[in-house]
Amino acid sequence: MILALSHFSAALLFSVFASIVFGITQRSTSREQIRYGLYCFVMFVGGVFVAGWVMWILRR
Amino acid sequence: MPSPSTTKNEVAAANESPQPITTMSVLAPALGWLIPGAGHLIQKRWIRGLLLMGSIVTMFILGLLMQGRVYQPNGGDILDILGFVGDIGAGALYILAQAVGWGHGAISHATADYGTKYLIVAGLLNFISTADAYHIAIGKKP
Repeated sequence: MILALSHFSAALLFSVFASIVFGITQRSTSREQIRYGLYCFVMFVGGVFVAGWVMWILRR
Repeated sequence: MPSPSTTKNEVAAANESPQPITTMSVLAPALGWLIPGAGHLIQKRWIRGLLLMGSIVTMFILGLLMQGRVYQPNGGDILDILGFVGDIGAGALYILAQAVGWGHGAISHATADYGTKYLIVAGLLNFISTADAYHIAIGKKP
């Protein structure tokens, strides 16, 4: 079985799993862990969009 | 009731003082490295342990399904060695992949490099998880 994801879906899945681990390991209380996990996820996905636009500008 | 500054100083002193070696402080990180999330589960952090296990194991499996490359211990090239260091973090998953021979096939699509990154990052995340299990074991983290 071979999984062929698009660049975006691969980056999105990566963001989900990395954010869960960062949230749990970098904060102490449950509330802080959820908040930090969400923050990391938003930063990851935001970074993907920013990088995408930067590449689009460079390509022009 | 201690003042906030006193409590802060006590926590700082506790963090700076050498921690006694207990069975759990050795067992939790060792088990956590071998089986992702197990270092938390053995300390009865059930939800954290299951979430870590689910995330790291799923990431590793997705990396293999995406035809990611599993690095060898004797890669020679410095980047291969770094890749190996990342991969080995996954513990038993890496050992199993090496034993079965996964991650050495011919790559047939463009995004397979993501798979290689998934495998490395799964290992690196497990290193962080292992350190967290150790911090819980020595009482540095609740």
